[in-house]
Amino acid sequence: MNLDVIAESLPVYLNGAWTTVQLLLISLLLGLVLALPLAVLRSLGGWPSRLVWAYTYVFRGTPMLVQLFLIYYGLAQFDAVRESIAWPWLSSAWFCACLSFVLNTAAYTTEIITGSIRALPAGEIEAAKALGMSRSVMLRRIVLPQALRRALPAYGNEAIFMLQGTSLASVVTLMDLTGAARQVNATHYLPFEAFITAAVFYLALTLVLVALFHKAEARWLKPLLPR
Amino acid sequence: MLLHGFLPSLLQGALVTISLALAAMAMAMLLGLAGAFAKLSESRLARGVALVYTSLVRGVPDLVLMLLIFFGGQVGVNAVALALGYEDYIDIDPYLAGVLTIGFIFGGYLTEAFRGAFLAVPPGQREAGLAYGFSAWQIAWRISLPQMFRHALPGLANIWLVLLKSTAIVSVIGLSDLMTRGQQAAGTTREPFVFYLAVALIYLAFTSVSELLFKALQTRLAVGTQQGAL
Repeated sequence: MNLDVIAESLPVYLNGAWTTVQLLLISLLLGLVLALPLAVLRSLGGWPSRLVWAYTYVFRGTPMLVQLFLIYYGLAQFDAVRESIAWPWLSSAWFCACLSFVLNTAAYTTEIITGSIRALPAGEIEAAKALGMSRSVMLRRIVLPQALRRALPAYGNEAIFMLQGTSLASVVTLMDLTGAARQVNATHYLPFEAFITAAVFYLALTLVLVALFHKAEARWLKPLLPR
Repeated sequence: MLLHGFLPSLLQGALVTISLALAAMAMAMLLGLAGAFAKLSESRLARGVALVYTSLVRGVPDLVLMLLIFFGGQVGVNAVALALGYEDYIDIDPYLAGVLTIGFIFGGYLTEAFRGAFLAVPPGQREAGLAYGFSAWQIAWRISLPQMFRHALPGLANIWLVLLKSTAIVSVIGLSDLMTRGQQAAGTTREPFVFYLAVALIYLAFTSVSELLFKALQTRLAVGTQQGAL
């Protein structure tokens, strides 16, 4: 182990870790915002539900790397895209990575929330109806708060998967943690040092995520469970 | 012409992807079984090793592990070869590196799936085996494993789908899989959207067929069990 090289490239790793955290937070946040209405549509049935199902089926059935390449390299094939006002965005690796991560995690999150809406005890919904709540009030006050709490364990898994998934950003030239490790390996040709350091950073970030979700479950989920 | 004549090349790549995924799944199942036995064993050492293994796999991205095994393996193998007096440079085969990495990673996920499934087999089954004088090996092979498998199947199906999709990253270390073939065709024809869409559709076909097969298998394995009706 060449510790000097690791110490010397620590700033590169820290920058990379910050990029990884930003990518993760943006994709989780926007993904959740997108998934909430989609999960409601998916639970209500009818053709919107089938449309949402098609979206989640395609995005869950294909690798995220292919989705990223479709957006980053694929869209550039069309002149209409290259001449549109969105081109400055769509030609940026950062934006395309975020876009594909958001669309991917939103698909999984939609299915997770839909599943926990479906698993709600029927009595809770009957009680809301018996009190004369309208559908939107029922969704806002009963269904979503209850479903989101129960979705926490599965969503925690998805967040950890997403942290690992952000490493794909390095394939489209972004300097996230994996990108930093690849640069260090390319400069010094020390693969063990380069990638094990990145792995340690990822492990630390995973532990932080696990601890955060543990806290969230203790705060919001535990009071619901039978004692 | 359809896909400018690149369809055969894509299909060859798809074959590589499937064979890689199957080989990795086989390795993952062996590792997963060993891991589950270790986690359920009485030995503290075995439990500790299994815990480190599953947390490592859960906490480090597959891409990082793959680059570590590919580039690190290259350096390591050549250092060992040199120490043994072998002068030629050895190249690590990306297929082998891919199978080893993906098998290693998903062995960790399967460890958890198998452990849960073993626990779902009623203890009376094992005890009945003991009462008949079965050896520990006979109990595992004839009683626990066959019954465990039915409980493990939903988790197994899920992990297989994730594994199949994560094989796409072996393109990064230069294996000529479906993804790489798509990249080559996209570069030659300058029609990246068409070819990445084709690649996506082939992956979607694989995952769809897998889901159907697992559903059939689930029905087959559930023969003779009672299903509670609501």
